[in-house]
Amino acid sequence: MDLSLSTRTVGDRTVVEVGGEIDVYTAPKLREQLVELVNDGNYHLVVDMEGVDFLDSTGLGVLVGGLKRVRAHEGSLRLVCNQERILKIFRITGLTKVFPIHNSVDDAVASTD
Amino acid sequence: MATVELRFSALPEHVRTARLVAAAVARRAGVDESVLDEVRLAVGEACSRAVGLHQRGDAHGAIRVALIEQEKRFLIEVADEAGDGSVPSPVSGASADPGEDALGLAVITGLVEDVEVTNGGEGGLIRMSWPVSTAPVAV
Repeated sequence: MDLSLSTRTVGDRTVVEVGGEIDVYTAPKLREQLVELVNDGNYHLVVDMEGVDFLDSTGLGVLVGGLKRVRAHEGSLRLVCNQERILKIFRITGLTKVFPIHNSVDDAVASTD
Repeated sequence: MATVELRFSALPEHVRTARLVAAAVARRAGVDESVLDEVRLAVGEACSRAVGLHQRGDAHGAIRVALIEQEKRFLIEVADEAGDGSVPSPVSGASADPGEDALGLAVITGLVEDVEVTNGGEGGLIRMSWPVSTAPVAV
């Protein structure tokens, strides 16, 4: 199982659909993707994690890095996740307070707060 | 001796293997199915941290994962050979964020009730354990 990444544009948002495992080996690919999107001027990102089977702290670090980058441009980074085992990792690290986490891509795309 | 022992060179691509083996051996040992995700994540975090320590310290050597089946507990030890932990972090290579190391430990201590992190001259050691059910395990 490797990491899969695909991006699409929905209005002014860029949705990054992530699948597979985000760990110490694959996280650099996600980091590259987020850096590239921000460098290309995409500052409102939605990371769809519904297809993610595994996430560790390296992945969390990459998401925090992405958030820092978009915030430097007054942008946003929203997550879509309904999987309890993934949500648990955000909870124990206190990152649920840092990331807006949505139930669906539609919900994330519609949010403006 | 350990029920199963792994030794691998400190490269990110081997961490997944360690996770898979640890989860498989834990399942066989009778660790509850609902806890296997925790075992998988905790071993992954411990191994990722060890890989990061080796890479930042430019250390050679290997990472050892010992999976030990006991009567009432399933014990996992992850040992690195990255030195005494006093190596300054030049922040280069795979882990660009020094905060990731702290985040990894936060995940482990948040997940695992029985965990012990120590550091000797040769490297660090993380010991974790989980209860096993006494009922016979269906394979």
